[in-house]
Amino acid sequence: MKFQGAAHKYGRDIDTDVIIPARYLNTSIPEELAKHCMEDLDPEFVKKVQPGDILVAEENFGCGSSREHAPISIKAAGVSVVIAKSYARIFYRNAINTGLPIMESAEAVAGISNGDKVEVDADTGLIMNLTTGATYQAQPFPPFIKEIIEKGGLIEMVKDKLAAQSS
Amino acid sequence: MPRPMTITEKILAAHAGLDEVEPGQLITCKLDIVLANDVTAPIAIREFRRTGATKVWDKDRVVLVPDHYAPNKDIKSAEQAKVMRDFAREQSISHYYEIGCMGVEHALLPEQGVVVPGDVIIGADSHTCTYGALGAFSTGVGSTDAAAGMAIGEAWFKVPASIKFVVNGEFGPWVSGKDLILHIIGLIGVDGALYQAMEFTGSTFDRMGMDDRMTVCNMAIEAGAKSGIIAVDDITRTYLTGRAERPWVEYHSDPEAHYPRVIEIDAGVLKPTVSFPHLPSNTRLAEDSRDVTIDQVVIGSCTNGRLEDLRIAAEVLKGRKAHDHVRLIVIPATQEIYRAAMAEGLFDIFLDANAAISTPTCGPCLGGHMGILAAGERAVATTNRNFVGRMGDPTSEVYLSSPAVAAASAVAGHIALPDDL
Repeated sequence: MKFQGAAHKYGRDIDTDVIIPARYLNTSIPEELAKHCMEDLDPEFVKKVQPGDILVAEENFGCGSSREHAPISIKAAGVSVVIAKSYARIFYRNAINTGLPIMESAEAVAGISNGDKVEVDADTGLIMNLTTGATYQAQPFPPFIKEIIEKGGLIEMVKDKLAAQSS
Repeated sequence: MPRPMTITEKILAAHAGLDEVEPGQLITCKLDIVLANDVTAPIAIREFRRTGATKVWDKDRVVLVPDHYAPNKDIKSAEQAKVMRDFAREQSISHYYEIGCMGVEHALLPEQGVVVPGDVIIGADSHTCTYGALGAFSTGVGSTDAAAGMAIGEAWFKVPASIKFVVNGEFGPWVSGKDLILHIIGLIGVDGALYQAMEFTGSTFDRMGMDDRMTVCNMAIEAGAKSGIIAVDDITRTYLTGRAERPWVEYHSDPEAHYPRVIEIDAGVLKPTVSFPHLPSNTRLAEDSRDVTIDQVVIGSCTNGRLEDLRIAAEVLKGRKAHDHVRLIVIPATQEIYRAAMAEGLFDIFLDANAAISTPTCGPCLGGHMGILAAGERAVATTNRNFVGRMGDPTSEVYLSSPAVAAASAVAGHIALPDDL
């Protein structure tokens, strides 16, 4: 699948408390959570972001709490894919499990500026900065993670496992 | 003979049905406990339904605790808690803890003997790493992983490499496990142990009680770690006796086990430490931080709301009062701790110090309720995170400390040491 959109670039150690502040965790409705995405870091984010846009960040994106509300709010806010230098491990799992595409590429992050038009091929991991013309190759996913993504998330895998057990 | 392994590798290998595992290997493990709370369970339950499962894999191994927004702070959080309560009843979950029996989950589960050494535990809460203090492999996950665990009793893991922290020597006055872990996070950074396990060993732990050990493992996630772990010894065994609800298995690292990194720490030179906004790694010595005036002090949470923490706070607060400009909030982490603190007379000391004593809740730690900060306000808290907006307004500030420094700061009106009073 290919995504195209404008880059919204942020720094390192973007924690899940600024991605979706805990004061909004009294709901788990994606549309509600989307209204407050990135609010404590950039209150303008939800006004600026257009469907398909791309979130770009430095190291350790999504550190802190295990709240799955974080990838849910990012996805529901319209973000198509996240590109970061590295991810906190719970966020990484949560993104894979909930079907939020994520890419890991230090070079791409270094080469993308705020507002650049970017195209991402989630299948090949090819990232193109359409503004500068530069291309980057994201780290490939291990085969097992790829299998989860291709199945459409962890729950689909569990469905298969349960079906196999009962047959 | 299998290759020499760390305690973490041994526990994971045993639960994967393998003789040996190595870092980087992707494995599927049988789970002993799956945990969720009132914030993460509603999504986990929604995803559980999507799997097509009608029954949880084991009604005695799924643990549900309403603690984050409980007692319910508003209608929305009441609805969330109700989703979890209804599910617990429908599934006859034996470890569902209602208000009046509940506590902050990571204080409650060890106290009630629900988690034991050698377990593999996942919890839809990042501080699930706390149970490493009992010699278990325990890690935080999201709601979907918890849902899969509830349905099939399994989870996938990438076997982590381990960083070994060898801590020797005796703590100086007013230095605790909190100061040790804040020092470590300051040393290696908030992603210093990313995707890795933190293994704590050394003579300092021979004299460290379980409450302090849990504080150390609790904050492993603040260094980005997958888990923290301390091997079982006599202190652990004494704690478990009469408490553990299942037999346990003790694992120890092989002497030849491989560690990509070993960090040695002299406990004797550590001093009371404070994490400044807005990262736990932004540490400074408390003695260099006296110019920070404060509006609130919170003593509690899964990090430092246990009985030993309250005893230390009471020792500092005895015969003293909170500063006129400081709101002091004390939150015993469980009902049992609450009762013990009351019986020991700690509540009289807190009340005499003008503290508000709360029923167990995560409350202010995550900016949920029970002590939210206004714009520009500052708090010293014994909690675990000081991110932007963590305890309230995005311009408010949280300074993380031990119970001793928090109590002293409450009296002084600024960051202070007990000996300053």
